[in-house]
Amino acid sequence: MRAATSQSWRDWLLSEAPQSRAQARAGQAYRRWRGFTENWLGVVGLVIVLTLIGMAIFAPWIAPYDPLAQNLSQRLQPVSWQHWCGTDSLGRDIFSRIVYGSRVTLLIVGLVVVTVGPLGLILGCVAGYYGGAVDRILMRVTDIVLAFPKLILALAFVAALGPGLENAIIAIAITSWPPYARVARTETMVIRNSDYIAAAKLQGASSLRIIMLHVVPLCVPSVIVRSTLDMAGVILTAAGLGFLGLGAQPPTPEWGAMIAAGREQIFDQWWVATFPGLAICIVALGFNLLGDGVRDALDAR
Amino acid sequence: MASARSTAKLVSAEVTTFAITMLGLLLVTFLIGRVIPIDPVLAVVGDRAPPDVYDKARIALGLDKPLWQQFLTYLGQVARGEFGTSVMTSNPVILDIKRVFPATLELATLGTLIGVSLGIPLGVAAAVYKGRWPDNLVRILGLFGYSIPVFWLGLMGLLLFYAHLGWVGGPGRVSVAFDDLVTTKTGVLILDAILEGEWEVARDAFSHLILPASVLGFFSLAYISRMTRSFMINELSQAYILTARVKGASETRVIWRHALRNAAAPLATVIALSYAGLLEGSVLTETIFAWPGLGRYITASLLQADMNAVLGGTVVVGVVFISLNLFADIMARVFDPRTR
Repeated sequence: MRAATSQSWRDWLLSEAPQSRAQARAGQAYRRWRGFTENWLGVVGLVIVLTLIGMAIFAPWIAPYDPLAQNLSQRLQPVSWQHWCGTDSLGRDIFSRIVYGSRVTLLIVGLVVVTVGPLGLILGCVAGYYGGAVDRILMRVTDIVLAFPKLILALAFVAALGPGLENAIIAIAITSWPPYARVARTETMVIRNSDYIAAAKLQGASSLRIIMLHVVPLCVPSVIVRSTLDMAGVILTAAGLGFLGLGAQPPTPEWGAMIAAGREQIFDQWWVATFPGLAICIVALGFNLLGDGVRDALDAR
Repeated sequence: MASARSTAKLVSAEVTTFAITMLGLLLVTFLIGRVIPIDPVLAVVGDRAPPDVYDKARIALGLDKPLWQQFLTYLGQVARGEFGTSVMTSNPVILDIKRVFPATLELATLGTLIGVSLGIPLGVAAAVYKGRWPDNLVRILGLFGYSIPVFWLGLMGLLLFYAHLGWVGGPGRVSVAFDDLVTTKTGVLILDAILEGEWEVARDAFSHLILPASVLGFFSLAYISRMTRSFMINELSQAYILTARVKGASETRVIWRHALRNAAAPLATVIALSYAGLLEGSVLTETIFAWPGLGRYITASLLQADMNAVLGGTVVVGVVFISLNLFADIMARVFDPRTR
């Protein structure tokens, strides 16, 4: 009975003659999903990213200890059944701090993507749609920012604005929008010559309306792919800023800052710096694998 | 000759781009210098200065002029290499940078050498044996290269190769016993030691250099091998390769003499970009390895809120970075007519 239902669901999704727009969309999404799952590395990436999100949401239930609770009698304890990743120099449980640190990581990635994505998208679409002088100026600025050393500039920004999570996010966002603008521009240059844009123009739609309603939505998928591929880089830059003491401030459990805290004891208490670094590696790897998988699935249309 | 003229034209276009990019960078560092919450006048005259002293200092610093005039003044200062005085070392920033820069250069150069000498053969192998283990190895290296924080890899390297295995020297540029034994000539410690015939010092310096350079070299290797692979796959699918094979050229000859030579121009670009990337990556690596280079100078100044030093260092890294970008572009355009 169940098998029969799932069979008919699949037939409905893969139907050659969809009855409604919703069915056609669902069918397309299902085909893409199947294309994506054929690449097992991409699925591994998705699992890692979903685990990260799960960890962030359910942190209070997963973490065995309070991430901020100091216990000086338990300081620098090695890996054990009580403390899966040992404890740091203030006796805090490192595993619990890593679990709560996933919230900080997700916050950084999320905020950078929601600011940089739309900004790059709009700039790229405007440049691509108007062409001419607007395009030349916007792309010049894009190229200039692209040629900057990103990390050093982010450092200088944070140094000027003062250390802190918000300023680190702003600094990363300011230096990382250009690739998005480029991607969106390339897409727009193709779209702007299509017939339906001409039709919209003939109907008297304003440029603003055409860009926002007819161009931007079509550029969104490539920007999403681009940002998935970018997230690992954002995580590494944020961790670097945190490591230098310019990102999230103590006692916030940020992974880069946790590595910095374990630096002094690296030769005697290796676990303090090792596990947060492993967490960064796994999460960055997850985003890279997911990004590759999504790109392959969307490109193969 | 038409080609020489068009080359000149290309180069001049690139130089214009370079000048505009530099102006952009300097505008950014200038603006960063203006938004700092520390009042530069108070930093000079102190908190309790009477208003007239304060005003005089403000005028002396040129802070009463409109912003664009201040920017022009700033451009002039940068052109003359005046970045102000470092609060941390109380030297002019430019002297500090001259002192620490060779150490960074040494590190990034050896890192790039490691990346090139391993990355290109590996990338070629991956392209030739596509889908087999060299290809998978390059893919895995690439993934790790984009996923591992450089400072964490450095710490793990120290833990394994220094603390546990004892194969390499620890943090710092040379062991304490050898400190200040060699007079500075080139600023590159190994060269200086060899020039003076101090082989012991040279060997010790090398054992300190090899680990941080390998850490940087790993990232360079990951990037270069990945790019070599894709350039080579592209070249090997071209018709001229078939022609060469039909003419009876050996496979070795086809791969190294025909395909790789045509991939050389884009590869030069990639190597220049990777070198620039390593200069930037050295900021974090030097912090880990207590390497007395520009990166550590910048981060140490950051913690002291020494903005003159931070911005001076940023400008220098930026200039080198943008110059390498320009160099890479020119190389690609001059040596590869297809990119014109």
